[in-house]
Amino acid sequence: MPDVYTTLRELEKDRSNLIKALQQVQEVEGYISDTDVSEISDYFSIPPVEVEGVLSFYAQFKREKPGKYIISVCDGTACHIKGASLVANWISDNLGIEDGETDEEGLFSLVTVACLGCCSLAPVIGINGKIFGNLDRKKLLKVLKQYKQMG
Amino acid sequence: MIKRIKIGTGSCGLAAGAAEVFDFFKENVQDIDIVGVGCIGHCYAEPIVEVETDNGSVYYHSAKPKQAYLDKVLNMEDDFRLSFRPERSDRELLKVTKLAGKIDPVSIVEYMQHGGYGAFQKALQMKPADVVEEVKISGLRGRGGGGFPTGLKWGFLHSQKSKEKILICNADEGDPGAFMDRSLMESVPHQVLEGMLIAAQAIGATQIFIYCRAEYPLAIKHLKIAIKQILDKKLNHINGQEVDIHIKEGAGAFVCGEETAMIHSLEGNRGTPRFRPPYPTDSGFKGYPTLINNVETYANIPIIINEGGKEFASLGTENSKGTKLFALAGDLKYPGLVEVPMGITLSEVVYEIGGAEKGSVKAVQIGGPSGGCIPADQFDVKIDYDSLESLGAIMGSGGLIFIGNNRCMVETARYFLDFTARESCGKCTFCRVGTKRMLEYLENITHGKGQPGDIDFLEDLGNKIIKGSLCGLGQTAPNPVLSTIRYYRNEYEKHITEKQCKARVCNALVDLYLDREKCVECGLCIKNCPVNAISDDFVIDNEICTRCNSCIEVCPTDAIERTARGDAGA
Repeated sequence: MPDVYTTLRELEKDRSNLIKALQQVQEVEGYISDTDVSEISDYFSIPPVEVEGVLSFYAQFKREKPGKYIISVCDGTACHIKGASLVANWISDNLGIEDGETDEEGLFSLVTVACLGCCSLAPVIGINGKIFGNLDRKKLLKVLKQYKQMG
Repeated sequence: MIKRIKIGTGSCGLAAGAAEVFDFFKENVQDIDIVGVGCIGHCYAEPIVEVETDNGSVYYHSAKPKQAYLDKVLNMEDDFRLSFRPERSDRELLKVTKLAGKIDPVSIVEYMQHGGYGAFQKALQMKPADVVEEVKISGLRGRGGGGFPTGLKWGFLHSQKSKEKILICNADEGDPGAFMDRSLMESVPHQVLEGMLIAAQAIGATQIFIYCRAEYPLAIKHLKIAIKQILDKKLNHINGQEVDIHIKEGAGAFVCGEETAMIHSLEGNRGTPRFRPPYPTDSGFKGYPTLINNVETYANIPIIINEGGKEFASLGTENSKGTKLFALAGDLKYPGLVEVPMGITLSEVVYEIGGAEKGSVKAVQIGGPSGGCIPADQFDVKIDYDSLESLGAIMGSGGLIFIGNNRCMVETARYFLDFTARESCGKCTFCRVGTKRMLEYLENITHGKGQPGDIDFLEDLGNKIIKGSLCGLGQTAPNPVLSTIRYYRNEYEKHITEKQCKARVCNALVDLYLDREKCVECGLCIKNCPVNAISDDFVIDNEICTRCNSCIEVCPTDAIERTARGDAGA
């Protein structure tokens, strides 16, 4: 097995570790490929269709390779009333991608998430886990520009 | 004499830039300890620096990674000093959050210096049945939303004869707008764990699981460190038995906050709920008797064991004891995390603690997508489980969203239904299809396509979803709609009959209007419009305009505003 599965092999072969296994693989690869599904299915001796059934239930798991930077637009209650949908629109306008899409260069992915738990700084977005709060359009575009420059 | 400097590096602090401040201080201060601490709850002032001296502490707000700022702090100047408003501090009662933001979250030594694990040691000297009894006397009710008496639940577990008993901490704080549990796990992970260890002793648990949202990486990190410290000190050896402690990360499914769904998820399955009985207390994780309590519930336990159930029960109202944490967010001056005694009025929380101006808030939304709106004229309600329920809301986990006058209640209801319709696991037809149907009706209404009779339909279907769903998600999903219809029926009617959104929020019912009197022809709006809807002579073409507000944001003279549809040309 390639390196991706090193941590997988440390897990006890108990079904209760299935979600953890999926999380570990996604942590390394950014998504769950078809190969991953069959490897994990073999490891736990669970049919691939059941692995697929579990992973498709949870919003966290991705079956397609995401961009280098994943922009999570928080659409929790506080962010929503503070204009999260405007923020999402501004990002879409700027990057040319809609919710759930990745740009052609594979640099940015855009996802709307339920709540990042930083409600007092609403509206917020997270880029690969780093939070940017109290956003207005100007501040947002500045952040996007920074990431574009980093490439 | 400065003893040490603490910087709030919880998630909110970090989002406001605390990491940069921390690094800068670390690099440029040699002889004073710089420590990262959790959250003191005053989110509006982040990043916050606390200077600890022999004569108490001084706080600074809006910290910056700059020498000039550092100098002010080191010289303890008055600039940037954070003074705590008596309107808030006189009303707050810090029990559960007493140590939050005051101690190093990942130092078991410091937690113990402040009396940490004293309650656990005390519990170990008690009979398990007496610990259960103490919790019963305290009157503590589950802080996760349901409000089930904690002691009663522990009693069920205690009387179970099983070689394996499972203890689960529900840290899957999924309500958008709530961050109490995150804050506790980040700031005082040992206190939460101490509560779990006491519970493990009382019920005879053999394994502990913490099911935490993956969206809370810092909380998970702190818990992992704290667990390692516990294992090193062998605090998990309870009554001659070694209790395993596992952290499981959720994978982004709101329904997993429901206990049977959570158990399925822990077992490695799709997180769908199941019919109860059997209750998890009889048959839970892998069929073993299982106790599930929420983070805040566990964090209350050390206090109850320390001061006694009777003392704990002296605080609060008849059926709601102790204190409650609330996360304040939305349209208010001082967002943050507060801890107040049960029985305080909502108006005190809104106007005094939150600092919202009288008349500026039309409602608060309490309890997230399962909760309801409480209108301003009902703000004298006492905060306890029963009073809130009588208003069509619920205590929920403690998210309090302030909804300003300029917000649309129909849109807010649509937002919550959009959330629950997406999060419905699909098992029960009424929840799966019913929430979708309600959402369609709400979308029609906010798009100006509402029909007479829609309101009655929503009420009827809402009540059917409540009756026809298996778990808490479906049983409460219609609440935001039903409660807004109850208090803001006129807003619904205006959308339906006049096709107007008074708050000018619903895009389909709004035009953008540029006032040439105020316009200075700077051209910023034209430059920033993503769809070229503004002509060279500054007229907005509302057919092209997407109502993205870009022009409003950039206009230096506030010449552009949202008006009722059809008014812009007039």
